[in-house]
Amino acid sequence: MKFTKTLAAAAAMGFALAGAATAGSHGGPVKAGFIYVGPIGDLGWTWTHDQGRLAVEAEFGDAVETSYVESVPEGADAERVMTQMARSGVDIIFTTSFGYMDPTINVAENFPDVAFEHATGYKRSENVSTYSARFYEGRHVIGLVAGAMTETNKIGYIASFPIPEVVRGINAAYLAAKSVNPDVEFKIVWVYTWFDPGKEADAANALIEQGVDVIMQHTDSPAAMTIAEEKGVFAFGQASDMSSFGPNAQLSGVLDVWGPYYVERVRAVMDGTWESTDTWHGIGDGMVGIAPFSDKIPADVQAMAQAATDALAAGTLHPFTGPINKQDGSVWLADGEIADDGTLAGLNFYVEGIDGELPN
Amino acid sequence: MLMLEQRPQPSKTMLYLTPVMAVLATMLVGGMLFWAMGIDPFRAIYLLFVDPFVDSYNLSQLFVKASPLILIAMGLSIGFRAGVWNIGAEGQFIIGAICGGAVGLALWGSTGWWILPLMALAAALGGALWGLIPAVLKIKFNANEILVSLMLVYVAGNLLAEMVQGVLRAPDGMGFPESRNLGRNDPTALPDVFPALGIDAGGVVMLILLAMAFFLLQKHALGFQIKLTGDSPRAARFAGVKPGVIIAVCLGISGAAAGLAGMFELTGAAGKLTIDFPLGYGFTAIIVAFLGRLNPVGILLAGVVLAGTYIGGENAQFMLQLPAAAVTVFQGMMLFFLLGFEILINYRVKRMRRAV
Repeated sequence: MKFTKTLAAAAAMGFALAGAATAGSHGGPVKAGFIYVGPIGDLGWTWTHDQGRLAVEAEFGDAVETSYVESVPEGADAERVMTQMARSGVDIIFTTSFGYMDPTINVAENFPDVAFEHATGYKRSENVSTYSARFYEGRHVIGLVAGAMTETNKIGYIASFPIPEVVRGINAAYLAAKSVNPDVEFKIVWVYTWFDPGKEADAANALIEQGVDVIMQHTDSPAAMTIAEEKGVFAFGQASDMSSFGPNAQLSGVLDVWGPYYVERVRAVMDGTWESTDTWHGIGDGMVGIAPFSDKIPADVQAMAQAATDALAAGTLHPFTGPINKQDGSVWLADGEIADDGTLAGLNFYVEGIDGELPN
Repeated sequence: MLMLEQRPQPSKTMLYLTPVMAVLATMLVGGMLFWAMGIDPFRAIYLLFVDPFVDSYNLSQLFVKASPLILIAMGLSIGFRAGVWNIGAEGQFIIGAICGGAVGLALWGSTGWWILPLMALAAALGGALWGLIPAVLKIKFNANEILVSLMLVYVAGNLLAEMVQGVLRAPDGMGFPESRNLGRNDPTALPDVFPALGIDAGGVVMLILLAMAFFLLQKHALGFQIKLTGDSPRAARFAGVKPGVIIAVCLGISGAAAGLAGMFELTGAAGKLTIDFPLGYGFTAIIVAFLGRLNPVGILLAGVVLAGTYIGGENAQFMLQLPAAAVTVFQGMMLFFLLGFEILINYRVKRMRRAV
């Protein structure tokens, strides 16, 4: 037993040295592990990743075995869980939170024959890929809808943390809303949490009191949607379709669709073609979805939003196309200039027209 | 018919037997729960209670989890003995990590053996001062220390959020709210001492402090006063014990211990300060303190057992697809049974004959 294990390990090492991804070379079903930062019942971020896992199971049936651990704190616990998974013979591990970045890199070093896929990070290695979605494309679409639908010209935005991902979303939504409604004003509340229904609800109430009639959020719970439904204002689903929490309130939503990517990466492991990549997919590749438009949205607005969705998918429209000035009035993008991915990845300033200071 | 009869003396046997009974009952009822969920109960119990203590990798993680729990619980138990209820160890843990971390970050680039001790000192001091806030409010205004210490946890959490987005944020971190990695910087990284069990320098300090707590409670006059205050506040006052001093000492010691644990967690397991840095050790340590009967040796054992169920719980999750919530229920069950069986220390079960 021990001898065969050593032999297998040696063989695996050999493959690893040969530079090929050896995951899945042991015969039998390919094993895919998933590490979640929240509970799978959060109906937001983690739920959408688990939908991706289920899509892998649906695609490959008995040829794949999936497992997951939920609510894993970022840090030492994450490192241990990844190590345990890798030791248990998993071929590919998806680590689905930004905070898993360093743990993923550390553990991947010790398991060169296991493929790692880290969501939303920027550190890669031989056997660590990164992937994320261009959610700002979705924010552009809902920004258009919000700008057209607001009557008070005040749009509320519940923001989590002042990191590039969130700042990008605010800027994209604002620019889109402004393009259809020059009088639009954004009220931004920072709640410093990804998931805290209580705080999110408080933020929604505070925004409504300030005269906001459309709410956007970059937090995961449906709390704001529930409040919007109660108070008779509009809101957008976050990560998943939240219309069941706000049948009248939900105008549309930005959907996280991980299934196709997970299927593709697991297939690559099966075929032995897996290699470290950096993926940033948008609407065109199907990683970002737009929830169905509510019938409360007039037909011409729906048509405009649909046209923008199609153009984003086709790649003929980029939400960050100049001329765009920074908040301080200095030029960011000249006329016709398109923001490069590097700048977008580290975006840490508001565009011109947004009130308030970006916390730092 | 069964009835409870008060024992003339609390039973020593039961004092030591009830934790064992609680663990056994948890295994039994927990096993039934798993079985009802369609999960092999024997395999689940094995993964939760045995595997963490036999598998070499699991063992190497044991004290990574157990050390902070034991250190915090040790501090809390001293206060609990005196009837001083510090529920805010989580906040003191956070403040300790901020203070220790701030020192380490301020000295970024310097080297020397003295950096880690200085960080530890800052952490203990910070934690102690945070713990003394409820103490002062209690002494001066008779404010309830349970509420004040608990509320200060949220204050500490917000302070941490402010720090990692402000002065303590890594300059090269692309704007993400986290500090530099102190665990990957030699002068501020806690050295391993006995990696086979996951004991680092912090673990060694924890063991030394645990021995000192044992001495304090068993042999020292202060320990006697603390216990007397808890058992009979009136008698303590007659014996000349100043209640204010006891309150301040207890909250100060437990705050310092929690602060120290925060700094060890930061420079060892976690590496960097983030908004999600606190993992609830300060609250779990309350369970550890009671599971360990507020006794240093008991706390050591309880911390190890609870750490084991954490590690085993993670493994059971992906090996058996046990939901995370089931593991939490399992841990809660253990405390529940412990408190339930506690009655057997002072009472015994007696079969009552029907009166003729």
